[in-house]
Amino acid sequence: MSFRIIVLAKQVPDTRNVGKDAMKEDGTVNRAALPAIFNPEDLNALELALRIKDSIKDAEIQIVTMGPFRAAEIIRESIFRGADGGFLITDRKFAGSDTLATSYALSLAVEKLRPFDLVIAGRQAIDGDTAQVGPQTAEKLNLPQITYTEDVIAVDEKSITLKRRLERGIEIVKTSYPAMITVHSSAPECRPRNVKRMMKFKHARTVHELQDENKDYTELRNRCPYLDIPEWTVADLNADEVRLGLSGSPTKVKKIDNVVLAHKDSVSLTNSESEIEALMKELIDTHIVG
Amino acid sequence: MSENFYNDNRNLKFHLNHPLMKKIIRMRERDFSDARQYDYAPTDFEDALDSYDKVLEVVGEICGSILAPKAEDIDHEGVKVVDHAVVYAQGTAETYQAMNTAGLFGMALPRKYNGLNFSMMPYVMSAEIVSRADGGFANIWGLQECAETILEFATDEVKAQFLPRVAAGESMAMDLTEPDAGSDLQAVQLKATLDEKGVWRLNGVKRFITNGDADISLVLARSEEGTKDGRGLSLFIYDRKDKAMKVRRVENKLGIKGSPTCELVFSNAPAVLVGDRKLGLIKYVMSLMNGARLGVGAQSVGIAEATYREALKYAHEREQFGKPIIQFPAVYAMLSDMSTKITAMRSLLYETVRAVDIYKIYNSIAEERKLEKEERDEQKYYSRKADLYTPLLKLISSEYCNQVAYDSIQIFGGTGFMKDFPVERHYRDARITTIYEGTSQLQVVAAIRGVGNGAFVNFIREYETQNIRPEMEPLRQQLMAMTAQYEEAVQHAHDLNCGESWDFLARRMVEMAGNIIIGYLLILDSERDNYYEDAARIFIRKAEAENAEKHCYIMHFDAEDLGIFKISE
Repeated sequence: MSFRIIVLAKQVPDTRNVGKDAMKEDGTVNRAALPAIFNPEDLNALELALRIKDSIKDAEIQIVTMGPFRAAEIIRESIFRGADGGFLITDRKFAGSDTLATSYALSLAVEKLRPFDLVIAGRQAIDGDTAQVGPQTAEKLNLPQITYTEDVIAVDEKSITLKRRLERGIEIVKTSYPAMITVHSSAPECRPRNVKRMMKFKHARTVHELQDENKDYTELRNRCPYLDIPEWTVADLNADEVRLGLSGSPTKVKKIDNVVLAHKDSVSLTNSESEIEALMKELIDTHIVG
Repeated sequence: MSENFYNDNRNLKFHLNHPLMKKIIRMRERDFSDARQYDYAPTDFEDALDSYDKVLEVVGEICGSILAPKAEDIDHEGVKVVDHAVVYAQGTAETYQAMNTAGLFGMALPRKYNGLNFSMMPYVMSAEIVSRADGGFANIWGLQECAETILEFATDEVKAQFLPRVAAGESMAMDLTEPDAGSDLQAVQLKATLDEKGVWRLNGVKRFITNGDADISLVLARSEEGTKDGRGLSLFIYDRKDKAMKVRRVENKLGIKGSPTCELVFSNAPAVLVGDRKLGLIKYVMSLMNGARLGVGAQSVGIAEATYREALKYAHEREQFGKPIIQFPAVYAMLSDMSTKITAMRSLLYETVRAVDIYKIYNSIAEERKLEKEERDEQKYYSRKADLYTPLLKLISSEYCNQVAYDSIQIFGGTGFMKDFPVERHYRDARITTIYEGTSQLQVVAAIRGVGNGAFVNFIREYETQNIRPEMEPLRQQLMAMTAQYEEAVQHAHDLNCGESWDFLARRMVEMAGNIIIGYLLILDSERDNYYEDAARIFIRKAEAENAEKHCYIMHFDAEDLGIFKISE
């Protein structure tokens, strides 16, 4: 019997390197000006999944991502690193979904992939920073959830023991399956792409990508059916449309302010190693340096 | 901020897209026949080149975001010996693992041994990228090149035993040097004897062995008792799993501190013969050394690139007398010289790699079927070119690398002398490149043959007749005049009729030829991308002056002059 791990991953605008044109005048994110990247903590989640796969026989990893056609890139990137396959949830009717509507769609997709043992996701995405989608999905699927995971302490076919990174310490938690895990950025970084897998799967495409590229991959795909990345629409998920998109999203953005960081107070430090280290740590943590 | 050392360097893509690559890839892939058998094999040229590009991007990512940030720590930490075994610095071990997870070992090995079957081009390019991140790691990773020698000369059984292990990430070493056998490898003494069961046993000491504690080592040993020269030496494979070799110590070095340099003691160590007895030095090690010299060429370009980038950045940021120092002629003169040297050495590097690529592919095709006459001619042509260009490349690129690293510190001024910036590490790492795998002086010994037999001039004549744009014509005229001047100098040296004078003047003649060849390569590069026009102009301007000086020196030389140079005390 195989052990199925589902990783929820998201393509996000790279908000870590924002330029002047990162925001539009109406205060929304100018996605065109920012490169689309693999949400960093989802990469941590993928690495955790890969480590579990490394230690459990016959484990498989399936990626679920929701977004426009180009978000299939996330699935390819995951496959290059060792995931077995993935599904792109894509449909105009999902547009405008907040965390509630998103977790509804994701939970339906995960349902379709039953039986599974673990659902793993990054703690939060850098474009919203809510950290809600993982827990909400777990609730909808009625799964125990272990959030803020930093590392796997022990794992086998019956249970998994995890280390959680909390504000004031760590917590060791053990759970049976199925369960939901969200992963913190302090977890191990994701392994690099494996070049043989990359060469094998670089032509993996969704139907819409093939249409967009205007290329005839028919022969290739008949020969190599593993190059197909399935797309799931609202209809495929049997979703209740009212619970999706704007209508399914109670979150309403009333106003967005541009925050200009201003000088507020000053701190005096002594010339001690520990205080300098603490300051450097703070500056690095807040991304002022580094 | 994650960096990618492939994507941020347009020169690499430029050389990867050289027109000859189509021929090289098609030959290497035997018209793409592997695609039926291996799911990661390319189906056509575009597919293969795209894979090269994507794989180099992975190399660039690992080097830029994992290795380079650890280089400083690796330099400080160095390597240790614990229980007669080498322990890498943490950053080295982590990067090794990342490179292995990414599947970047066995790059040039055929797919039947689980390799990527890449041509030399992306492999050497990767070596350049790795070297830019950490000059020492380049040795450890680059020693997978030793697998080439097993592939070329060992039996199928030996290949099947060891090559898949290389592709799976096991490390390699070439154990040649001994306390009394450095440049002169004919003096190797480590003994190989057949035991009563017919197994070769190694006994003796090796010294200065890079990555000496590797999983799989190629060992040069004296298999023929009573012999004293190179003809009594054979090449063996020692497998670390046999636990019959101990690391006595590692050297404390000036640079490339992350790369272990070991003294090894073999005690009745079982070993497997590579190829035939007695051909160890005269055939196999020569091939091994050529590969290693190409590797040092790539390493030199990588280190120079790294240090130049630091200097350029600093020159923009550092202000003196009210403006950034890059605006001072004395500073931009240096920077443009550094940048041009890097462009020049890179051009020579990849010109050499293409020649190596083609003749090696012909060699391997020749094992499958008889080559046509035309193919044999090409094989011979590229083989000669590779043999001549490899020492030229090793000589010029390693010397340039040191010059660039020297100037980098100069641009940093006093700050560069401190340990606060990486340029001092680059300077130390660069220093070995003119020494190991054959000193500059020995590269001259190899390359001077091309001066004596006219081979350099023949290659120059070929470049001379290429089609170029009219605006580059004056540069060609300059190079043609330089060629006439070179021939005159060579004729004079020849007419001295004195072997010692010829040797004495050899380096100047080789460098004159090198300058002309590089001049043409840069003109041809700017035909494909006019970005290289400035480099061509800057290079040829300086080369002309340099060659004039060398010409003057040679023309004024007389055999009787030798005496004044001989140090008597």
